[in-house]
Amino acid sequence: MFGLKSTSLFGETKKLEREIDEFVDILSEVGLVFKSIIPTYLSSSANGKFDEMVEQVKLMESKADKITKEVEHTLYEETLIPDARSDVLRVLEHLDEVIGMYQGNCYHFSIQKPNFPKEFHDDLIDLTETVVNCVEALCLTVRSFFRDIKSVRDNAHKVTFYEKESDIKFSSLARKIFDSNLSLDQKMHLRYFVEKIDRICDQAEDISDEIQIYAIKRSV
Amino acid sequence: MELTIIIFLLGGLFLGWSLGANDAANVFGTAVGTRMIQFKTAAIVCSIFVILGAIISGSGTTETLGKLGSINALPGAFAACIAAGLSVYIMTKSGLPVSTTQAIVGAIIGWNLYTGSSTNIQVLITILGTWVLCPIIAGLLSMLFFVITKNFLQKAKLHILRLDAYTRAALLLAGAFGAYSLGANNIANVMGVFVPISPFTDINILNDFNFSSKEQLFLLGGIAIAVGVFTYSKKVMFTVGNDLLKMSPVAAFIVVLAHSIVLFLFASQGISNFLQSINLPSIPLVPVSSSQAVVGGVIGIGLLKGGKEVQWTIARKISMGWVLLPILAALISFIILFVLQNIFNLTVNY
Repeated sequence: MFGLKSTSLFGETKKLEREIDEFVDILSEVGLVFKSIIPTYLSSSANGKFDEMVEQVKLMESKADKITKEVEHTLYEETLIPDARSDVLRVLEHLDEVIGMYQGNCYHFSIQKPNFPKEFHDDLIDLTETVVNCVEALCLTVRSFFRDIKSVRDNAHKVTFYEKESDIKFSSLARKIFDSNLSLDQKMHLRYFVEKIDRICDQAEDISDEIQIYAIKRSV
Repeated sequence: MELTIIIFLLGGLFLGWSLGANDAANVFGTAVGTRMIQFKTAAIVCSIFVILGAIISGSGTTETLGKLGSINALPGAFAACIAAGLSVYIMTKSGLPVSTTQAIVGAIIGWNLYTGSSTNIQVLITILGTWVLCPIIAGLLSMLFFVITKNFLQKAKLHILRLDAYTRAALLLAGAFGAYSLGANNIANVMGVFVPISPFTDINILNDFNFSSKEQLFLLGGIAIAVGVFTYSKKVMFTVGNDLLKMSPVAAFIVVLAHSIVLFLFASQGISNFLQSINLPSIPLVPVSSSQAVVGGVIGIGLLKGGKEVQWTIARKISMGWVLLPILAALISFIILFVLQNIFNLTVNY
């Protein structure tokens, strides 16, 4: 009636809600796969499984890309949430970058095949777990931004906590690598991988800071 | 109908047009300005409900204006309307959100002064009293609604998209109610002065439905308001939505709702009768300003948030405008009446 398209408005709303939830699910799932990918890679006996997991991440990344585009289209076509539209899209794009970073790490492991000596395995797995926990906290922050503004700060605080943890673990591992007897080129190569994993946390923290600002803007 | 009568009625229609162009923005401005509702949708809903409000509930406030000063000659009514319209135009040009209500009251007092008719001081005090009460009640109501809505939203934990959909529906409903209340409360400003000298006669349809001359006048005034909404309010709506009130859509809904209730309260014969029947003081049926109601509502929310966001210098400037407008309208009315009587030899008072 009167151009309001009430049924389609509520229909589109529900569809979009589902899509955004699905997108955050993918981000969380990619993290969980990534958490298993590193130990799988380090146990050289499971190369086939590693490739399978990389393929899995690739498929999830494409799905996330597709959802981002669909959400972007619907938000603009239906002029939904005009006051927060650009904020929501920016958050989704930046989250998509996190998924891209996970995928990038997987590809680099798959192509460059860095040789991590056994003494660094536990530290690398530990760093990876912290990074995934950080992104998990980010997922909660994102979900609360959409549904429960009041909890944004609490969840964002967890992201910051894990980011600091990750920094500590990265520094410690990097130090161990450079204190070892490996050649400089190998040290540089391993440091590159450790740094690349740690960078996911930096991105997660930037996004959670961004969401906190958007949450203040969104308060009634 | 004589051509001169049509020309004189044009004064009221001009005032109706300016009311539609300016005051409709108070009802739908934020919703349209923030693109929550399309202009076309807002204009259609606004027009329909303004006309309905004017015809169904417009009588109460008209009687009060009639008591303030009963203009008994068409040229006099024409002068009052043109004076009111001009003074609104001048104040709007100065960037102050004023309203036709204060202007028409000032213009009627100008007619009283020019013609030597007495001004009913009791009625004048009642009108002035409601002008003070109107923004205060709107402010208190928006504070109350703000607290309720905020608590509800915190508990309901609605998804941002669902909240958006509900807010759109709520803005449309509140806008329709606001438009109805605007028509009911403010039609007196546009057509009130013509009621005692209405050029129309009652129309009886099938001996069952009587379309009185007053209702015909109100329909005409309502249509003039609707034309104002369609032709000129878009720009004002975007100004109100983007520049004047930087609020979230939910806060905008609260302000529109508070504004609509206030306008409805001061126009509803039913509520007034009900209060009297339970031995409570009745609400005076007085045309109040929709701009004052909106500003009151916004300040109410601002105060609740600690008062830091309220631009007190602008609030003071707006209040000055509210005092100046009726004086300006009375002055212009006086001058126009002088010109009509002495240069055009028209009778402005019998």
